[in-house]
Amino acid sequence: MSPNQAPSAVSAAPVSGAAGAPEPLPAVRLRELRKTFGTVTAVDGIDLDIAQGEFFAMLGPSGSGKTTVLRMIAGFELPTSGTVELAGSDVSRLAPFQRDVNTVFQDYALFPHMSVQANVEYGLRVKRVPKAQRAERAREALRTVRLEDFAQRRPAQLSGGQRQRVALARALVNRPKVLLLDEPLGALDLKLRQAMQVELKQIQREVGITFVFVTHDQDEALTMSDRIAVFDQGRIEQVGTPVEVYERPASAFVAGFVGTSNLLGGRGAEAVLGRSGVYSIRPEKIRVDTDLAAPAGTDEVSATGTVTDVVYAGATVRYEVALDVGGQLAAVRQNEGSPAFELAGSRVRLVWRSEHSFRVPDASDHR
Amino acid sequence: MTTTASAPRHGVSSFFHRNPRLRLTALLSAPMLWLGLAYLGALAALFVTAFWHTDTFTGQVVRDWTLDNFRTLVTDEVYRTITLRTLGIAALVTVIDAVIAFPMAFAMAKFCSPRTQRILVIAVMTPLWASYLVKAYSWRIMLSGDGVISWLGTPFGVDSPGYGVFATVLTLSYLWLPYMILPIYAGLERLPESLVDASGDLGARPWRTFRSVILPLTFPAIVAGSIFTFSLSLGDYIAVRIVGGTSQMLGNVVYDNIGAANNLPFAATVATVPVVIMLVYLAAVRRTGALNNL
Repeated sequence: MSPNQAPSAVSAAPVSGAAGAPEPLPAVRLRELRKTFGTVTAVDGIDLDIAQGEFFAMLGPSGSGKTTVLRMIAGFELPTSGTVELAGSDVSRLAPFQRDVNTVFQDYALFPHMSVQANVEYGLRVKRVPKAQRAERAREALRTVRLEDFAQRRPAQLSGGQRQRVALARALVNRPKVLLLDEPLGALDLKLRQAMQVELKQIQREVGITFVFVTHDQDEALTMSDRIAVFDQGRIEQVGTPVEVYERPASAFVAGFVGTSNLLGGRGAEAVLGRSGVYSIRPEKIRVDTDLAAPAGTDEVSATGTVTDVVYAGATVRYEVALDVGGQLAAVRQNEGSPAFELAGSRVRLVWRSEHSFRVPDASDHR
Repeated sequence: MTTTASAPRHGVSSFFHRNPRLRLTALLSAPMLWLGLAYLGALAALFVTAFWHTDTFTGQVVRDWTLDNFRTLVTDEVYRTITLRTLGIAALVTVIDAVIAFPMAFAMAKFCSPRTQRILVIAVMTPLWASYLVKAYSWRIMLSGDGVISWLGTPFGVDSPGYGVFATVLTLSYLWLPYMILPIYAGLERLPESLVDASGDLGARPWRTFRSVILPLTFPAIVAGSIFTFSLSLGDYIAVRIVGGTSQMLGNVVYDNIGAANNLPFAATVATVPVVIMLVYLAAVRRTGALNNL
């Protein structure tokens, strides 16, 4: 895929408020980046600019190449071809210790034989920062992640969330140009993950460092990032703000991966929308109406069908509806207290504003 | 519920299922009995025998308690020399093996494909399947005056070291090398790749990463390997007889006292020396966590 599908990929959009005036040089610039392992192509020609101070998410299913891209930025993998630039200088062939980036690993990779303090100081000690200054900066970093009382503990004596924060402090203390986070919240349970999402975002605003983080969790990407790159099969499908990616997915893959896949195509699209092609409609934009005869608004479209399934999810209820004209759509409704299951098997009318059916490039005009 | 229903038919299985403690006892009683009698019993017998002595005229073992054997062992210059030599050889063999084994294990664990790793592990173990005697004798042949080593060395002005302490160290290092490689390899395999990545990521050059992360975390594995190489060298007497020339080790003294000298109590006394040294060594390395790496 070429970046022309997602015009924002090339312009280093100054999105973050933390950066202030837009920097002329992107913090990270990838050009024609490729990586093959034997016969497998993990990363297949990626162009990407990440602005200074941006909170940037690389989102995709496992095996989509997002982690490999991160590892190439860090220097753990050398690209097969293409370049990695950090703040304008080409680092493509440099070893990790020669690059001004730091990484928070998925398994945190804390040194088990060192105290929290020694872990955090490690990068400074390696760079021969004087002892007093080292201790002061480590204390400050631990304060940022609210762990100043745990300096003398061993990693094994900490909980998952605390280890995660130590890993963050150990990286931040070096004041890198770019902080790379590899599925940083993947190992935490839901409640802790949500808390850490907020906290991570807050820390990023405080320190103003560019954060590049890899995740397969679309909610995480949407909640935290300034911009998101959606990866599939070693390529970037779309780059954009969470709103752009969610509301105007550039491909059927993005529509399906970010949010629930809810596509209307073929005869169904022609019958309902009067146009050919494949359209994505977000389930929460669709209203479920039991009054089959009620007139639709001027800028609304509607389709009748039968509720085939009702999925109760606590805060919301999802209705799977088989349309009379063919095709299947899901509609999500807030659980407002009306009995959820009474609609199962009954005839309903789905109504949504026509602007919410968003055309996605399908196989016929894609690649 | 099913347990109760099927109880009549599977009486023993369900009984043990309900009584895990008894199941453990049933499983362990035979091996524990074996270890207790055959192993600890023999060790105790050895220790007791060490305090007896033999009648000089009849050659019979006299079951009187005496410290004479230990007195001889400590005061006689010969035994002190042999003990120190044995210790020196065992220590040297351990160091040589560790130095050779670490790069090998490191390459196996970190740079080889899984397939190559399997092949190399088998290659490392292959010598263990060959007879000990054959290996020792092949070293004797290689070290002989017109053997491979002198033949290869002649153009460079190097001669075979001949039979002696050096040859013993060489042969023992060769014999016990697999026992050092395998624990270190296992230790390095357990070392998460991300720790090495993290160290480099934080600015450490490879040598620094080795010193600060890899070595401290695999040290217990090295010590685990050293327990094998050290104790095996300490008790060896066959390789020494074959390539050691005139320089004996403690094992030879034990062997000669059982055979030629027919002085079983003194043999037992000498045999306690490596046991005590090993106990001291194990106590010393316990703190490193090496015993969890065996």
